[in-house]
Amino acid sequence: MTTAPQAGFAPNRLMRRLLGPVFGTACLLATCTGVAVLTLLLGSIVAAALQGPPRAPWYAIGSNLTEAGSLIRRLATSSQSRMPEFAGYRVGIAGSLWLLGLVALIGIPVGVGAGVYLEEYARPGRLRQIVQTNIANLAGVPSIVYGILGLSLFVRAFGIKAIALGPTLLAGVLTLSLLILPIVVITAQEALRAVPSSLRHAALALGATRWQVVRDHVLPSALPGILTGTILGLSRAIGETAPLLMVGAAGSILQMPRGPLDRYSALPVEIYNYARQPDPAFQAVAAGGILILVTILLIMNGAAIVIRSRFRRYH
Amino acid sequence: MTVSETRSDRVASTPLAAAAAAGSAPRTLEPTVLSTRNLSVWYGSSLALNKITIDIPRNKITALIGPSGCGKSTMLRCFNRMNDLINGSRAEGEVRFDGDLISGENIDPVVLRRRIGMVFQKPNPFPKTIYNNVAWGARINGYRGDMDELVERSLRRAALWDEVRNKLNRSGLELSGGQQQRLCIARTLAVEPEVILMDEPCSALDPISTARVEDLMEDLKEDYTIVIVTHNMQQARRVSDLTACLMLDDAATDGHRTGILAEFSPTDLLFTTPKDKRTEAYITGRIG
Repeated sequence: MTTAPQAGFAPNRLMRRLLGPVFGTACLLATCTGVAVLTLLLGSIVAAALQGPPRAPWYAIGSNLTEAGSLIRRLATSSQSRMPEFAGYRVGIAGSLWLLGLVALIGIPVGVGAGVYLEEYARPGRLRQIVQTNIANLAGVPSIVYGILGLSLFVRAFGIKAIALGPTLLAGVLTLSLLILPIVVITAQEALRAVPSSLRHAALALGATRWQVVRDHVLPSALPGILTGTILGLSRAIGETAPLLMVGAAGSILQMPRGPLDRYSALPVEIYNYARQPDPAFQAVAAGGILILVTILLIMNGAAIVIRSRFRRYH
Repeated sequence: MTVSETRSDRVASTPLAAAAAAGSAPRTLEPTVLSTRNLSVWYGSSLALNKITIDIPRNKITALIGPSGCGKSTMLRCFNRMNDLINGSRAEGEVRFDGDLISGENIDPVVLRRRIGMVFQKPNPFPKTIYNNVAWGARINGYRGDMDELVERSLRRAALWDEVRNKLNRSGLELSGGQQQRLCIARTLAVEPEVILMDEPCSALDPISTARVEDLMEDLKEDYTIVIVTHNMQQARRVSDLTACLMLDDAATDGHRTGILAEFSPTDLLFTTPKDKRTEAYITGRIG
């Protein structure tokens, strides 16, 4: 570049050419840091779960995997026990699956419905703005506050014994539903906002009611985004410990929950209980539980990705 | 030869023939299908259209021309209440369809929009199959007959059948721009409207697709009334029977762009002997 600079411009070419790669390298370092930390974390959890350094060398992936697999199988099928060799998460996994299922059944439709109303039906104005701001603020409230709310509202019903749920599964489900409601509403709204308005206009111009337009065009287009919001919400729900502790998820329980009005425990609560034990052998059990939790989360996110990519195709 | 004479001779016979051919119940055969009286439209506090009074005749192609921002699309959207979707829009004055009032508070836009269809500037087929693009409108309006036959009939009418007959199950979005616009016309035809509003339907298309859509409009005129907004004055001359020229109101003092109806006459008269000075300036290219 040998052209002389024109009057009024100071191109600074050298600086600009250097800054580009510097910025790129900084971003790359940030990415590598994240990946490295996650790998170390996962590796240390696996090591703790297998009780000390892996008996096989770390690069023998096959035997490490089978060892981890048998460990997880043992943990998933045993119930709580005072002896670490027989301790497991059977009841906790069942409780967490119950929680997930019922939250998906109760909390997700309410959240998606609220998002659809706010985006498609509510008139833009002061009232809608207030509601949206409040929902966004609720997304940042610490989860223990939801636990306290669940305790006084669902478990104790402000002292009205007739409708109080007590420390049952249903109280936990309702508390977790409230917890994830803001996330689901916000991501549902974002997904609906991303649908181009030309689609709505085209459908309305054919003499369709608003419901027909939403049901046949807007919701199917927004479905990948809404599913993402659902999975995000459910992932958060499955990992929450503090609110479940507040609404009475049992610390020690041996029976599987048979219905929404039974006492229950959840996977993160059991992990927390095992980690609190003074016996160091229980640390390995806790680490195993974390592995199970992470595996469930990975499966859920994988399912979300598969569902999203299938819906990307035209229907 | 004045083209308008021969066309006005055909006014009396066309609506009858159309009604008989369609086999519909006899309706009033007034020559006017859409009319406005002192129609004014505001967006918020800004006046977009000022006291428009116009009568759109049945089974003809009426073009709305004028410079940008003079309210042509706004006027078009008044006819099928699509302005209701715009936040802050407000209309005063009367709009009548077949003599019945369609402006005001107690009108069901859903019923109205089935009888007055709309084709938009940018082709916007649904992300569905070609078949479902055409069938959806009919389905939600409760069509009980043979859907395959309706889809074929609509695609034939839109001059698209031969090109898509073998790929009805492919997505509508795979078609070219001109084909997509004809698909949008087909889906509008499927709900059997009486009036078709077209908002610059060819502005996003290449000349060959434009020519095809214009031929299509000539063909559709027999059974439908067409109102088209266009920036292209040659297109207005080629295609339309009557032309309405909207202009910016010089008397507007608040800085907003307000549209008024400068002239409304048969197309050849408007373009050869315009009565209004502003119309003349616009069509000869001196303004706009």
